[in-house]
Amino acid sequence: MPAVSKGDGMRGLAVFISDIRNCKSKEAEIKRINKELANIRSKFKGDKALDGYSKKKYVCKLLFIFLLGHDIDFGHMEAVNLLSSNKYTEKQIGYLFISVLVNSNSDLISLINNAIKNDLSSRNPTFMNLALHCIANVGSREMAEAFAAEVPRILVAGDTMDSVKQSAALCLLRLNRTSPDLVLMGEWTARVVHLLNDQHLGVVTAATSLITTLAQKSPEDFKTSVSLAVARLSRIVSSASTDLQDYTYYFVAAPWLSVKLLRLLQCYPPPEDGAIRGRLTECLETILNKAQEPPKSKKVQHSNAKNAVLFEAISLIIHHDSEPTLLVRACNQLGQFLQHRETNLRYLALESMCTLASSEFSHEAVKTHIETVINALKSERDVSVRQRAVDLLYAMCDRSNAKQIVAEMLSYLETADYSIREEIVLKVAILAEKYAVDYTWYVDTILNLIRFAGDYVSDEVWYRVIQIVINRDEVQGYAAKTVFEALQAPACHENLVKVGGYILGEFGNLIAGDSRSSPLIQFDLLHSKFHLCSVPTRALLLSAYIKFINLFPEVKGTIQEVLRSDSQLRNADVELQQRAVEYLRLSSIASTDILATVLEEMPPFPERESSILAKLKRKKGPGNLHPDLDENRKERSANGGTADHSSTTSNAKSSPLSFVGDLLAPASTAPPTNRPRPVSSSYLLQAPLTPIPLQASAVPVLLSAGPLFQVAASPTPSTDLLGLGSTITTQNSAPPASKGTSLLVDVFSENIAAFPVETPVAVGPVADENFSRFVCKNNGVLYENQLLQIGLKSEFRQNLGRMYVFFGNKTSTQFMNFAASVVCQDTLQAQLNVHAKPADPTVDGGAQLQQILNIECMSDFVDAPVLNIQFRYGGTLQNVAVKLPITLNKFFQPTEMTSQDFFQRWKQLGAPQQEVQKIFKAKHSMDTEVTKAKIMGFGAALLDGVDPNPSNFVGAGVIHTKTTQVGCLLRLEPNTQAQMYRLTLRTSRDTVSQRLCDLLSEQF
Amino acid sequence: MIGGLFIYNHKGEVLISRVYRDDIGRNAVDAFRVNVIHARQQVRSPVTNIARTSFFHVKRSNIWLAAVTKQNVNAAMVFEFLYKMCDVMTAYFGKISEENIKNNFVLIYELLDEILDFGYPQNSETGALKTFITQTGIKSQSKEEQSQITSQVTGQIGWRREGIKYRRNELFLDVLESVNLLMSPQGQVLSAHVSGRVVMKSYLSGMPECKFGMNDKIVIDKQGKGGGNGCQSIAIDDCTFHQCVRLSKFDAERSISFIPPDGECELMRYRTTKDIILPFRVIPLVREVGRTKLEVKVVIKSNFKPSLLAQKIEVRIPTPLNTSGVQVICMKGKAKYKASENAIVWKIKRMAGMKESQISAEIELLPTNDKKKWARPPISMNFEVPFAPSGLKVRYLKVFEPKLNYSDHDVIKWVRYIGRSGIYETRC
Repeated sequence: MPAVSKGDGMRGLAVFISDIRNCKSKEAEIKRINKELANIRSKFKGDKALDGYSKKKYVCKLLFIFLLGHDIDFGHMEAVNLLSSNKYTEKQIGYLFISVLVNSNSDLISLINNAIKNDLSSRNPTFMNLALHCIANVGSREMAEAFAAEVPRILVAGDTMDSVKQSAALCLLRLNRTSPDLVLMGEWTARVVHLLNDQHLGVVTAATSLITTLAQKSPEDFKTSVSLAVARLSRIVSSASTDLQDYTYYFVAAPWLSVKLLRLLQCYPPPEDGAIRGRLTECLETILNKAQEPPKSKKVQHSNAKNAVLFEAISLIIHHDSEPTLLVRACNQLGQFLQHRETNLRYLALESMCTLASSEFSHEAVKTHIETVINALKSERDVSVRQRAVDLLYAMCDRSNAKQIVAEMLSYLETADYSIREEIVLKVAILAEKYAVDYTWYVDTILNLIRFAGDYVSDEVWYRVIQIVINRDEVQGYAAKTVFEALQAPACHENLVKVGGYILGEFGNLIAGDSRSSPLIQFDLLHSKFHLCSVPTRALLLSAYIKFINLFPEVKGTIQEVLRSDSQLRNADVELQQRAVEYLRLSSIASTDILATVLEEMPPFPERESSILAKLKRKKGPGNLHPDLDENRKERSANGGTADHSSTTSNAKSSPLSFVGDLLAPASTAPPTNRPRPVSSSYLLQAPLTPIPLQASAVPVLLSAGPLFQVAASPTPSTDLLGLGSTITTQNSAPPASKGTSLLVDVFSENIAAFPVETPVAVGPVADENFSRFVCKNNGVLYENQLLQIGLKSEFRQNLGRMYVFFGNKTSTQFMNFAASVVCQDTLQAQLNVHAKPADPTVDGGAQLQQILNIECMSDFVDAPVLNIQFRYGGTLQNVAVKLPITLNKFFQPTEMTSQDFFQRWKQLGAPQQEVQKIFKAKHSMDTEVTKAKIMGFGAALLDGVDPNPSNFVGAGVIHTKTTQVGCLLRLEPNTQAQMYRLTLRTSRDTVSQRLCDLLSEQF
Repeated sequence: MIGGLFIYNHKGEVLISRVYRDDIGRNAVDAFRVNVIHARQQVRSPVTNIARTSFFHVKRSNIWLAAVTKQNVNAAMVFEFLYKMCDVMTAYFGKISEENIKNNFVLIYELLDEILDFGYPQNSETGALKTFITQTGIKSQSKEEQSQITSQVTGQIGWRREGIKYRRNELFLDVLESVNLLMSPQGQVLSAHVSGRVVMKSYLSGMPECKFGMNDKIVIDKQGKGGGNGCQSIAIDDCTFHQCVRLSKFDAERSISFIPPDGECELMRYRTTKDIILPFRVIPLVREVGRTKLEVKVVIKSNFKPSLLAQKIEVRIPTPLNTSGVQVICMKGKAKYKASENAIVWKIKRMAGMKESQISAEIELLPTNDKKKWARPPISMNFEVPFAPSGLKVRYLKVFEPKLNYSDHDVIKWVRYIGRSGIYETRC
């Protein structure tokens, strides 16, 4: 409790407090408090008057209960009553309660103000002090309104006691802080300034605080304080330590006042009057000299006080920035502190040096300490000191030492504390950019940065690298080479992958000449990182891939394969899926010209302020960081700065920052991840831009046939095909194929018996006798002679197919040097892609060899590929060539539709070249079921009840090729009497119509 | 799986600490103290999650019991275990207090070793535990006894040992209910439910097979008109049984049959919400006379058979926070203003059914500068009545012991009904 005179001990309060302290639980405490509150309420009930002592006691208890965290909603009146007491202790408790508990909108405020007014005019210094303290403690706007005029009067009145003046000055300071508009100094200014000359040092100290605050607000009015402050300072500095008696603290004369005066002087530029200026310089020199003197005491308080004055003096020197000798001396003094064993001193020295480094006079002097600072960075135990060291290195960096400093910071980064890594990364990035002489060094530095501390490299940093690389032609090749090399590391950070993806996507062609970094290798390298990356990075990589398609047409197939895979086209992430679908379509539809235009190299970025610098500023907040310092100081000098000072700062700002200032684009306007956006998918489908003329006619079919379109949007991925290869019966996703096979079993078994047995020939012609049997089915024996039987099993889905070729050795001897290859003649090569997996070179007697062929239909075709087989049987070389039954109809997908739809489309395909009709004689019996099975085996959906004549057959489907989908409608009209058929086919493409008609007519 | 179990006193000092699993470190002890016991705000949730560790606590007077786990356990299981733990401790050394825990810490560790194994709850039946964990020091048991204990603990009926013999076969059945009510000032029931327990204390020889019957609506309806003795049936909302009850039989025919543990056990727990007999009706009358005075009149009416006597009646009338004085007049019992609890407490020792009693109080208020109105908390009541407010009746409890030749008639049975107040509140 506050000082209570003896015999006035308030026993009740002490008992209450000890009761509370002895409570075993919270509940017990609440009970005790409730009891006490009820007691106080009954006492305050008002029917009997309380004496001052008990009032004070109960108010005190209420205050205590309030401070324990309970609500108090009564007793205010009693507290206000206490204010008018004549006893100091009662008044004191009253004021205490008021300043803690009374809120500004209370009804009692007028009573309180009245009591305060009385006390202020009481001439009793203790009462005046209590009142002033209360005003300052409450400090509300209401208080300011009521007393803003009163307090300055007390402050400057001639007959006021020193202690009251002190309180008044501080009270005014507080009011000035809370509501500056109400405190008008006007007429009092000169007299307040003269308080600096007061005899009483306490008054001077309080007044200095007040004047400093006021001077910051209106520097002109208080300009006269400079000379007084300098005079006062010099008196203190030059005084013997014993002169000031009460104000000497551990042999240092009035340290607090000195510090405050030095702060006050920092509000103003160096004094213009030579004499004052000389006196100030003298003071500062004395302070610096004193720092060199041996300490007068071993106590820590002595050195603390001395150093406080010293550091404040140094910051004044830095602020004035006009006395080179002082600056250098300050710098040297700080240099000594750099190795001081006191951590706080090292911290402060580094901090002050940071500001010194930005002064042109002391910059060189600071640079001499670079080794010490680097050493501090390495050996310092305290992380905050290390951070200051980083700041200082950043501040002292210039063109001459940039390489050294950046290298040191990079090496420190590996061991740096996690909390400051990001900041260091930003600083390194800025320095590397600012002082880059050649950009290869810059690229190296940033890549190292990503390698060492990839997690802390914010987006801005790597955006910046890309901006610079794109804007500087001369580094592009080097950058591409470097990222390519960096990416070869087994584990690299995602940011590196981003940079790598972007740069290779743009400039991969610059290094493609080297066989070690050929397009395919570049792509494989990027793609090897793909699966480990997050979604935004993957999105960026997809963009890089599409750029690759433009840069290197030779890898188009590989990339399309990747884009087509399920993990892309059916990715759960909508962004990735969209990109994959759109890029895939773009790459397969657009001509190279269009691709080149769409995927052109990025134009140079507009040059703005560095986004990294902005980020660093945001991170540290204004006023903390040294790039900001320039601005800060400019502000300060604007308050009363001299011309030469502001010119130096602006010079300093413009020269090193010129490059930074002009190169930058904010990341937000152009985040590289999103830039190479493709046209949207709907645009692709509707735009007349499609370069293939037939595409235009295919589009309406696709659009009108809902299910077809879905199919088109999600082409079958190869992984599904693999699954089908092993289990043919589970072909739910490919109903026509399975239906076809089951229905065709009978036909197939018939045919097997009818296979002609051919005599072996050394070099035979291309065998195609069984070819037509495979038009409507997928499995069976393709070829057989005395030595060899070739069986087929195939699966087709959309434009992809897989064929299992079984070579059966019918002899008992081994076939040697067995080789089977597929040849696509001339035009077919571009239309059909057949890839044969290598098979064993030997086939044992009686054994079977399986070879897998992967087929991709690029566009519609007529010819069939040829399977060439070579093997050595008993020393003679055998050659067999068989036409592989890969026909256009294999890429048929059936489409179900209603009669109405069918005829609508039929009419849409009415152009003369789109229709092909053929009338032919039946070669087999005209059994309805067999015909149905054949049409379904052909791949089209058999539509029942579409044709008005029930004996006619109607089918519909879509031919899938890689480039286009062709909708097909067919109609077969049998004439049983004449044993004739009429077959009509309408497709969106004349060649397709013709080919399908030829194929199908052979079957009946 | 419980990772560890700690017992704290009210200051947060650890009295008992038993860690069962390696994933619970020593710092978990402090985490609970800092975040729950010494928390700035009172922690009301019984489950607290601190740094991926879950703490389940129950408080018994000033003692905190906390079970700790890092896994995703069944919280209901953990609490059931904690309550069981409390029961076991009470059965061994009476009230759970800091002093008792300190005096019996060896026993508690012994118990904890037995009832929790690697964090999995084991046999926590007091009767069974008492056969091999004793407070009377080590008594070397014969081989025979030891093997008996083993076979019992690991056997099918872990809660009862064989070969129990009593000269007098006796059985006590207590139906303990607590009735909860919230009533509007106009006398409208806003919510009411009864939660009850059937506690059985048996001193029966051998392995008796018991069958318990009550006036459960489903059973009565099933027996249909055959019984037709006018017995009122009750609808039980939900019930749980002691582990000795054969649940399959209950599910199939809703009959409660079991082999009881020796001594005391809680046979079943249940809850009803329909047709509750409210033993008391509270009629409040509050009148504010100006800003400084409040007049309160409360009438209580007992609403049961005049032959029955309610006991330990206590009515708690909250007073405003700015009460500065209270005058009370009551006809019956004693009433007093308790400042520490901000309430007038009116106590009546005994009251017969169908009676009425009233209290009137004059409360003086101190004017405050706070504009908040008094929230008028509800008037709450405590009592004890010798019947079951849910209407539950024990119809029979049959005992069969096929091996020893005593029959159902030889067993002396006692049934007692006690209805207590739970949260029994009336708004005013």
